Parts: sequence; structure tokens; C-alpha cells
Amino acid sequence: MPSIYLDHNATTALDSRVLDVMLPWMRAQSGNPTSRHIFGRSARDAIEHARTQVAEACGAYASQVVFTATGTEANNFAVKGIAASKPDMQILYSAIEHPCVSRPAIALQRTGYAAHEITVNHHGTVNIEQVKLALAQPTSLVSVMLANNETGVIQDIATIAEMARNAGAYMHTDAVQGLGKLPLSFTDLNVHAMTVSSHKIHGPQGAAALILDKRVDIQPLLHGGGQEKGLRSGTENVAAIVGFGMACELAIANLRNFASHTQTLREQFEHGLKSLNATIFSKQVARLPNTSFFATEGIEGETLVMALDRKGFAVASGSACSSDSTEPSHVLLAMGVAPDLARGAVRISFGAHNTTQQVADLLATLKHEISRLKQLTSIAA
Amino acid sequence: MSASIEMPVVKDFEDGLHPIYLDYSATTPVDPRVAAKMIPYLTEHFGNPASRSHPYGWTAEKAVENAREEVAKLVGADPREIVWTSGATESNNLAIKGAANFYSGKGKHIITITTEHKAVIDPVRELERQGFTATYLDPEPNGLVDLEKFKAAIRPDTVLASVMFVNNEIGVIQDITAIGNICRENGVIFHVDAAQATGKVHIDLEKLPVDLMSFSAHKTYGPKGVGALYVRRKPRIRIEAQMHGGGHERGMRSGTLATHQIVGMGEAFRIAREEMDEENIRIRRLRDKLLHGLQSIEEVYVNGDLEHRVPHNLNISFNYVEGESLIMAVKGIAVSSGSACTSASLEPSYVLRALGRSDELAHSSIRFSIGRFTTDEDVEYTIKLMKSKIDKLRELSPLWEMFKDGIDLSKVQWASH
Amino acid sequence: MAYSDKVLDHYENPRNVGTLDKNDPNVGTGMVGAPACGDVMKLMIKVNDSGIIEDAKFKTYGCGSAIASSSLVTEWLKGRTIDEAYAIKNSEIAEELALPPVKIHCSVLAEDAIKAAVADIKAKQAAKVEA
Repeated sequence: MPSIYLDHNATTALDSRVLDVMLPWMRAQSGNPTSRHIFGRSARDAIEHARTQVAEACGAYASQVVFTATGTEANNFAVKGIAASKPDMQILYSAIEHPCVSRPAIALQRTGYAAHEITVNHHGTVNIEQVKLALAQPTSLVSVMLANNETGVIQDIATIAEMARNAGAYMHTDAVQGLGKLPLSFTDLNVHAMTVSSHKIHGPQGAAALILDKRVDIQPLLHGGGQEKGLRSGTENVAAIVGFGMACELAIANLRNFASHTQTLREQFEHGLKSLNATIFSKQVARLPNTSFFATEGIEGETLVMALDRKGFAVASGSACSSDSTEPSHVLLAMGVAPDLARGAVRISFGAHNTTQQVADLLATLKHEISRLKQLTSIAA
Repeated sequence: MSASIEMPVVKDFEDGLHPIYLDYSATTPVDPRVAAKMIPYLTEHFGNPASRSHPYGWTAEKAVENAREEVAKLVGADPREIVWTSGATESNNLAIKGAANFYSGKGKHIITITTEHKAVIDPVRELERQGFTATYLDPEPNGLVDLEKFKAAIRPDTVLASVMFVNNEIGVIQDITAIGNICRENGVIFHVDAAQATGKVHIDLEKLPVDLMSFSAHKTYGPKGVGALYVRRKPRIRIEAQMHGGGHERGMRSGTLATHQIVGMGEAFRIAREEMDEENIRIRRLRDKLLHGLQSIEEVYVNGDLEHRVPHNLNISFNYVEGESLIMAVKGIAVSSGSACTSASLEPSYVLRALGRSDELAHSSIRFSIGRFTTDEDVEYTIKLMKSKIDKLRELSPLWEMFKDGIDLSKVQWASH
Repeated sequence: MAYSDKVLDHYENPRNVGTLDKNDPNVGTGMVGAPACGDVMKLMIKVNDSGIIEDAKFKTYGCGSAIASSSLVTEWLKGRTIDEAYAIKNSEIAEELALPPVKIHCSVLAEDAIKAAVADIKAKQAAKVEA
């Protein structure tokens, strides 16, 4: 299966240097980090080292890092945990949030909480004016993602956080797509809680974190043994956490290269798209350097993705989690993109190891496939 | 055959210590065969199993489904009844809060046992804060639940009962069939925490009257960070999701699945299924050898029933020595005093207290838990070490001196501080 | 739990373990703590006629820090007057052994044991004067 991987916003290959630090924790006899004997203590030390690595990459203090199993869990923890401490107040979240922010909010709605969606403009940028208006009502939490997984659009989190703070609300940002692709500082973003995840930055699946201001009143999602200072019970996944720490260290060291390299690839790619009459979404606003989201009129995104797959290119039609469904991307619909065009959306997300040759090959293949598919549809019509 | 497989490498600690690991109930080392199976899914097959559009995702998805089958096979379930989680703590939280919330219209009373793991007790307490009521039943002094008392605790509004299969501290095995039948007769949903049971007792969910069952990988030679929840299909049990998002695991549990960990759990459970009968014979022999050796020391008490007990566990109180100093004294072996999850606090084990053990005996208890890589030499060394260290500590102990002088310690007026 | 080297040293090689003759009029005994609390300390001091502690022995049922605290004070007590002994503060013990916050109670217990032993010897001396 020697295919070219262009789906780095979904998940990334494990870096071999990350694997190297994980292996001892998978192969050697290791203890439960809660145990007081040396097997337990050395596991505990390894977790604490990883905590400092993650904190460093997030511009946070180690004591602010709460490890979880997945980004989904960290987002659920932030939304449900903060809402639970202020049940009389509303939750605000943007219309382009990942389902693991919007669905917990909707679930809370069913149990009597107030939750309201904030719209985005046609570029995919959150309507700041609407946030301001909504904050007139007592608000427990505002959750807006730092960078969107589909369009790559970067939001002005610091400004929204300032508004939330002035209104007495907590601010959470899902920064899963930001870590390793943008300079990231919990302190500068001025948020109360921030989600980051390991497997998007060449770390293993199974580790993520909620960076949390300790003054935030929050209820745990998982109750039990009291790990992570009582905020997240459950035996720590030592190997994955150690890997996450190392992945953070490498991501930070490589940040500048990653941004310039993937941006170059994207420019080359989007330049090539021009001749294909494709619509590139959110091109006018700040985006993640590695992400290109486009659609071709009259061709289903899913069809194009399958066609590219047969030619050896792994790309996505939207977020992996929703690629089960044939519904058009909720992000594009929120931006006011016509459903027919939205159904044509394909996402390319570059990684550090992609090359200009691969982009050229992709463009050539795309051109060929698009004309072939257009022909098919015109025959059918 | 366990004797032929390679033992996991012992980590080289900085101070050069290689204590003997007798804390398999806290966590087990990853079986080398499990690690070997996991590593390719960290390197070449790294796809997101939810990515349906390219082969990276398909390979991952296939591996996840194979593992689901292995987990199901060990416990006599249908693979469609297995939901992946990040571990037994999450499984317990999902089962208890998920079922209680879903069926709260039927009633808001929950029954559980005081010797359950914190990952069961704490979710029940959380539900109490949300308006549920709960009965925490004390087991008998041998650690087992009295069926009549359990039956008597059921109320018309009882919606859920949660009883662990095998206790993590004392290793006793509850009569899950009998308790489950009582639940069935009374229309009570029955959850069982089986984190300590897999690979140690036979579990056949086709026959067991159990609705929800929690599993952990890292107690059965699999990796940390993965577990599963069994959710019965016939009759169908519904739970309210506790984590919302991409709708993974048929909406019951969202979040990207860690493929390599799931693969590891599948392999660990396959090995358990194939080897547990033989392995349990070997482990029982070692445990009995340890028991006989330690019983030659004066004033030792075994905690929990010895008959209805997994062979892996031996929990013993050494009278007149204090628990923490005992742990310090036995640095040559890695053991627990009480549950690993509570050993950060100075409280005596709540499990032993629930059995009616005095605080002193609870404090001076040690849990020896034996596993796949324990040898005869390990056991012999342990017996020798315990004998000499107990001697030394008793030499230091004013309580031992008083006991030897024939003073009844229960009649002494202690100056509390 | 990380123990300081000093705690480990006292724990591995406790000084002055044992008992003195409790019926000796020059021997004061202090026993503090309770088995249910996880520590019991018995401290015995032998005081000469000029009020100087000549010998000190202990037995302790408790954690490593409790054992170390009592072992340490037996070293400190020898050669001191009972009034000097009475003035020993738990903070000095805690500092010397670098006890973590959760183990401060061990040093408190050691201070209490000294005070109880001194009180006992003072009571014995008072009884001797009356007689």
C-alpha cells in the first residue's frame, strides 16, 4: 500500500523517535504510576517529564496539564465539566466546532441547560459581534476552536477570550489542529482551558490533554481513583503519555520548518487548482499552513476521494469522524456554501514529509480524474 | 505455554535495584507477544479507524474488529456487545452513569458494595449528588456478599446494581450468577466490574445474568489506556453516552480509537483465553507455597475468603507492624498495601475495614499478587525476606513487646494526638 | 513517597532501640499515639541526679518517618537536661529529617513522646520528694 499520505489533519504517522521513547514502557516491566514501589515511581516520573514537555509546547505550566485519553474526552471534559459547575448559565459554541464540542453542548441542552451556537461568516470566521450580543446573557463557557480541521481557518481566540472574561465566562479553545502547526501559547491566548492531542503531531493515539487554569471550577468526567489531582480518574497510559511528550518536543523544534514547508506545498497545490476551476474555501483569511479545502462543481467529494485513493493518494472529504455520512460538511454549510458545492469538498492536509513532486503528481492525477468524472456525469446526464 | 515465552525485560533502574514484581493486580507487564503485535500498528498501519476513505483507515478498522472478536470470545459475548473505552475506570463510569441516566424514569435507587473499586463507588456518589439514592452494602467478614442481604436491599425503585467480579485487594470472587439472578427477578440492571477477573476466572456472558461488564487490558498483560464495556443486546440494554462527538462505537463512546492499544488488548485476551487454565494451576501452586511460607510467621491473618478467591492474590495482615514501614522494609519486592489507587493517602484500606478488620490489621496488610512471570525463586526469596523483616520491625514495635508481655492491647487507654 | 537520606539512615539503622527498666525511679516513660492511628511511640529516658538525661531508648510502631523521628530524638536527648529536652520542638525534628508535609505529624508525635517522658520523670521525682 505505497500510497501518498495527505490526510495529516486526521491522524499522523508515529515519529520513530517517539516510538523509541515509548517502547521501554511497552516492553519492559512497568508499574502502575500510582504504586509507591520503584516500578510505580519510575512510571510516575516519566509522566511528569512528559507533562513538562507538553506544557512547554503549549506555553503553559506543567501543573496546568491534565492528561486524558483523547481530544474528544478533553473537549467533553471542558464543556460538560464547566457547565456542570454553573448549571443556570448558558454555553456558547461556534457553528464550526468539532462534534466533540457541539454534541456535548447539545446533550446538555437535552438535560435542561441552555446552549447556543455562534455563527460564522462566509470565510468561516466566527462572528465576533454575535459573541458580544450573546454574552449579555449569563454565560458559563464560550468554546471556539483555534483552527478548524476542515478549512484550517484560524480564529482570533485572544479577542474572544477577552470578551468572555469581561462577561465573567470561562473560555475554552479546541487547539487540537493548532498544536505543531502554529506557535501556541495558553498564556497568550488568555483562555481558561485548551485541548491538545498527541496523534495529530506524530505522537501515538491514546493521549491528549486539557490545559486548564487551576482556578476554573470544573467537574470531572471520570470518577474513580483520583488520578490527575482528582480531575481525571483512570490508570495513566504511560507509554502514550511519554510518546505525547516527546512528540510535543519534536513538534516545537520543527515548527518553523513545518509551517514554511507545508505552506510552500499548499501554494503550489492551490496554484495548480486554478486551472481546474475548483473553489478553494477560506482562501482570504488566515489558515493553517498545511490545509487546503476545495470543491469542484458537479463532482461528489466522496467520489473524488475514492478515485484518488485508487491512484495512491490518501485524502479526505471532510473530517474523518463524519466521513461515514454523506451529509455535506457542517462547516461549509455554516459558512453559507451551497449544499451542492459543499458535497464536492475535498481536504488536503500536508505533512512535513510531503514533497513538491508529490504535489505535482497529485495535481496531474486530479486533473485526469476530474475530467474523467466530469465525462461520466455528463454521459449520465 | 507460559514457561517458553520470554519474560519482559526488567527496567534498569538508576539505583540498580531490580525488585521482584508481585503487584500484578496493580498492573501487569505487557506480554512480549502483545507488544510484538502492537508495534506494527504504531508504525506502518497508523490510520485513523474512522477514516473510511483510504486503506490506512481500513487496515486499522479491520484490526480493531479482530480485536473486538478476541475480547468477545474470552467472555462469551457477541462482538457487537463490546464497546471500546480508555480503561476500566471509563467503562465503569459509562456503565453506571450511562444506565442510571437512561433508565432514571424507572427509579433512582442504586445498590453497590462497600468493597467496590473507587471507579464504581465514585460514579455512584456522583449520581447521588444528581438526585439518585444509593445503598452501599457491607460484605461478610470473608469479603463475600450475603445473598439474602442483597435481596433485602432491593427496593421498588432500584434501577441498577453494581458488584465486582473479583476484588482488587483481596481477590475474592463474588457469586455473580446468584446476584444476577436476583437482579433479573427484580428487574434491576446488573453491572459487573470484571477488571480483575479476565484471565483468572471463566466468564461466559451467554449464560451469566449480567447486563453490563467492565474490562481492562492492563490487568491482563495488555497495554494501559484501553478497556471495554460489554453492553448486552438480548435483552437489549441502553446506556446514555458520557462522551459525545464523532459518534464512534455506535454513538455509545466517541473519541479516536487507539488502534495499537486495541490490538494489544485483543491479543492479550486471546492469550488469556488459550492459556488461563494451565496458567492458573501454576499460579495457584506458587500462591499456596507463599501462603504456607508466610503462615510460619506468628500473628499473621489472611484477609478475605481463601476458597472463593483467584489464585493470583494473597492479602495478609502482619499484626503489630505498621503498614508503611513494612512497605519500606520490603523494598526488594514490589507489592501494595491496599489498593494502588489509594496508596497516596494515609488511610487504611477501606476494603479491609469493610470486612471488619481493625485499623491496625488494615494498616499492616500487604497484597501479594502473583502473575505470569513469577517464579519459584521469587516466592522463596519473598518468604525469606518477609520473615527477616517482620522480625526486625517487631523488634522495634512497642505493640509486639506488649503482646509478648501478655498485655491485652484492646484494653489499653491510648493517648491520642 | 520519597524519603530523605536521613530518614532512610535512621530507618535502616535505628539508634537506641530497646527498653529501660520502667520501675527504675530514674526512668521516665512516654508512650503516645494509638495503633488505630498508625503510630505508637514509646520513649524511655534515664535521668541522673543532676537532671541530665544519661540514656534514651525507643520502640516505635509506625511509618519510616515515625521510626526516624524517634530514633533521632534518642540521639538528641542524651546529655541534655530534662528542661532542654522539654524545649525540643517538632519543627526542629521535621527540619533535620526533611520530612514532607504529610509526615509532619511524625515529628509532632516525637515531641509529644519527649514531653510525656519528661512529665513521667517529673511525676516520679515529685513522688520521691513527698516520700
